[in-house]
Amino acid sequence: MSTSTSTEQLCTFWVADLLFGVAVEEVQEVIRHQPMTPVPRADEAVRGLINLRGQIVTAVDLRVRLGLPPRDAEQLPMNVIVRSRGEVVSLLVDDIGDVIDTAGVDPQPAPSNLPRGVQDVVRGVRPLPDAILLVLDADRAVDVVTAPDTPGGNP
Amino acid sequence: MDDDAEIIAEFLVESHENLDQLDRDLVELERQPDSRERLSSIFRTIHTIKGTSGFLAFNRLEALTHVGETLLSRLRDGETEMTPPIAEALLSMVDTVRALLGAIEQSGTDVDPAVAVDPVVAVLEGLLAEPAPPVETPEPPVETPEPLAETPVPPVEPVETPEPEPVETSEPERRTVVDASVRVDVDLLDDLVDLVGELVLTRNQLLQRSLGSADVELVRASQRLDLVASELQESVMKTRMQPIGQVWSKLPRVVRDLSHQLGREVELVMEGHETELDRSLLEAVKDPLTHLVRNSLDHGIEPPDVRRAAGKPGKGTLSLRAYHESGQVVVEIADDGKGIDPARIGAIAVERGVITRDQLARMEQREVLGLIFRPGFSTAAAVSNISGRGVGMDVVRTNIERIGGSVDVASEPGRGTTTRVRIPLTLAIIPALVVGEGGERYAIPQANLVELVRIEGDDVRRQVERLAGAAVLRLRGKLLPLVSLAETLGGAQPAPDEALTVVVLQSDDVRFGLCVSEVHDTQEIVVKPIGRQLKGLATYAGATIMGDGRVALILDVAGIASTAGVSAVPDEAADVRASAGDDRQALLVLEVADGRRAALPLAAVARLEEFAQDRVERSGTAEVVQYRDGILPLVRLAAAIGLPDTSDRGEQISVVVHETSDAAAGAVGIVIDRVLDVVEVAVTASQVGRRSGVSGSAVVQDRVTDLVDLAAVVARSGVSA
Repeated sequence: MSTSTSTEQLCTFWVADLLFGVAVEEVQEVIRHQPMTPVPRADEAVRGLINLRGQIVTAVDLRVRLGLPPRDAEQLPMNVIVRSRGEVVSLLVDDIGDVIDTAGVDPQPAPSNLPRGVQDVVRGVRPLPDAILLVLDADRAVDVVTAPDTPGGNP
Repeated sequence: MDDDAEIIAEFLVESHENLDQLDRDLVELERQPDSRERLSSIFRTIHTIKGTSGFLAFNRLEALTHVGETLLSRLRDGETEMTPPIAEALLSMVDTVRALLGAIEQSGTDVDPAVAVDPVVAVLEGLLAEPAPPVETPEPPVETPEPLAETPVPPVEPVETPEPEPVETSEPERRTVVDASVRVDVDLLDDLVDLVGELVLTRNQLLQRSLGSADVELVRASQRLDLVASELQESVMKTRMQPIGQVWSKLPRVVRDLSHQLGREVELVMEGHETELDRSLLEAVKDPLTHLVRNSLDHGIEPPDVRRAAGKPGKGTLSLRAYHESGQVVVEIADDGKGIDPARIGAIAVERGVITRDQLARMEQREVLGLIFRPGFSTAAAVSNISGRGVGMDVVRTNIERIGGSVDVASEPGRGTTTRVRIPLTLAIIPALVVGEGGERYAIPQANLVELVRIEGDDVRRQVERLAGAAVLRLRGKLLPLVSLAETLGGAQPAPDEALTVVVLQSDDVRFGLCVSEVHDTQEIVVKPIGRQLKGLATYAGATIMGDGRVALILDVAGIASTAGVSAVPDEAADVRASAGDDRQALLVLEVADGRRAALPLAAVARLEEFAQDRVERSGTAEVVQYRDGILPLVRLAAAIGLPDTSDRGEQISVVVHETSDAAAGAVGIVIDRVLDVVEVAVTASQVGRRSGVSGSAVVQDRVTDLVDLAAVVARSGVSA
């Protein structure tokens, strides 16, 4: 009766006016805004590197990743630290929501008219009574690959 | 059951370790078949495994090791001679034991039907039956010691299972070497590294606070903390380092097996097995190294008859060398085999569509060799099961590059091939220079650092030039390509400034200057990997955490060079270009003392004059001439630089008039034999010939020429320079 998503507990957060959820198993922790070191020449979505207790973590700004307008300068993003393919990556989001148990809400495919940028990283949606929860595919969300900047033609 | 699991885990770790030792011992044993010591060591190992497996009811493992043990005891007691078939059988026993251990690790039992035990046992038994009367084990045969309850056991029990009681075999047959080490979970070590990192940061904060404090005790305590934390950090880092020998220990066996299989004779030489690198890297280079070794055997070293026909010893040499070089670990795999023929590589690459004929024509030889790392490239005429499936070298390169390393290959057809693997010291501590750009700090590995050059004022205009938009620095007669860090990082080209700070960097054959805004200091940094989102950026080698807890990126010098299009310049070419440079000096080349050459800076020469010999007068001990309404003191240059004076042989004397810097002192006339030439050359001064009046020598117009120390010469005239 349900699709591939077996997870019921979702850690939720807001990006612009969208409510997203990531399976709690994929979330390592949620932390306040951290000082960041920018990485020149990296993909636009890579906001910088943060020091997470001695580990260097890439921070990916979900607003940029989703193709949404940038947040106000005075609004500091929060870090949702997720584990993806053996690496730890921070997702920069606007605000943190609750952990929601979605057991009673059937997952549905994402509406086909969602913008490409959003659809790319969403596994499906769960229509809650007061909001539509977009289930984020963390692996795809952090899949920001910077093309090599070396000139071609190497052997 | 939990207790069992723990015992089994312990048993597995211990046995794997023992098996590595066993491999080495057996290969060594083949070389010295009568080494009692080795035999005993092997016997003990197998015996221990047998004992424990009996205890843990791993019946197949036990049956196998039992036969092996019997054979080994014969060898040890001198009842049977070591022969190649026996060695082969014992090695295959070790392999089977390893496979069984693998099965135990995965499923908790040794009943994996994929591991065939019977044939190996049969071979061993056959060998036992052959030469000497089989020494029957006194124990009554126990057919089928009961299998583990929950697993369906295919009936694979060997026929003969003479079984000593488990209790009996747990006798203390251990390694005699005192075990001075403790086994620690790697995750724990990783945690320790992170914790120490945190501790160091906290210490830094505390230190900063305590500096302004009047509390003497606090200051003293925090200084002690500083010291202890640094030492702790170093020690913890060291715990993660392991000698590369650990990976190599398997290679003698690989080489032995392969050379038998391929009919090659190979001597394996290993150097630098103690070279340490981080264990995570060790793990990552294991397979690539093994593959390269296989490749050398398969494609490199020829069969003995071919080698002898080529005038080489029948036995080939495969040498492995590991060493630290400029902050990297270098592993060289060199063979004296047939080498790689670039023409053949090129032809095949074109044939297989890896590159076009056109591209090939433009490639240098080194680049052509690099084609073997292209996906889908394979030169093996026939696909063997060792290598030559065309999935080898590109996978090797991918794996090495994944950990930030590089592979290159050099080859001399007919003489051999050397493959060089460079592995970065990821997670290691390296000294680095910290520079500033755009408000951020960047670390440059000290290993790449040649020198720091600061150019100020007029020198910026004189020494830095733009050739078709490319900035170059005239540095001691050579042109150094300049790369702006700001530009490399995607910023704007900084406006020409009053001063320029150039970090001269070297990576392989490439040398260039990196213009930076600020130079902070040098410090030891901990290299940390960066996420795969940034792997495509050639500019960064990793990142590190600075004293204040902020992240700083580590620059990849080779990557910056290639991004900026700076490439290797052969030395001669650099010299030719430098001849248009500014470091050239205009020299007046003179002859003194009958054919000896000396040179003065042309800038020091006011005029050249000739005087008749009879115009020379004396004033005290000094020679003078009347010149331009004044008295010009003379110095005989030959005498001043310690050579026989021949300047008075002609009617005339040649005089170089030098205006001293002190206007009151006036000019001095330097008497020479004759003027040879005025040249403009880049002077590379040497200390050779340095003596009173001579500051050194240089090659000018292909002749060794003394460089006159003008101040010293002038001083002889009694006039202060």
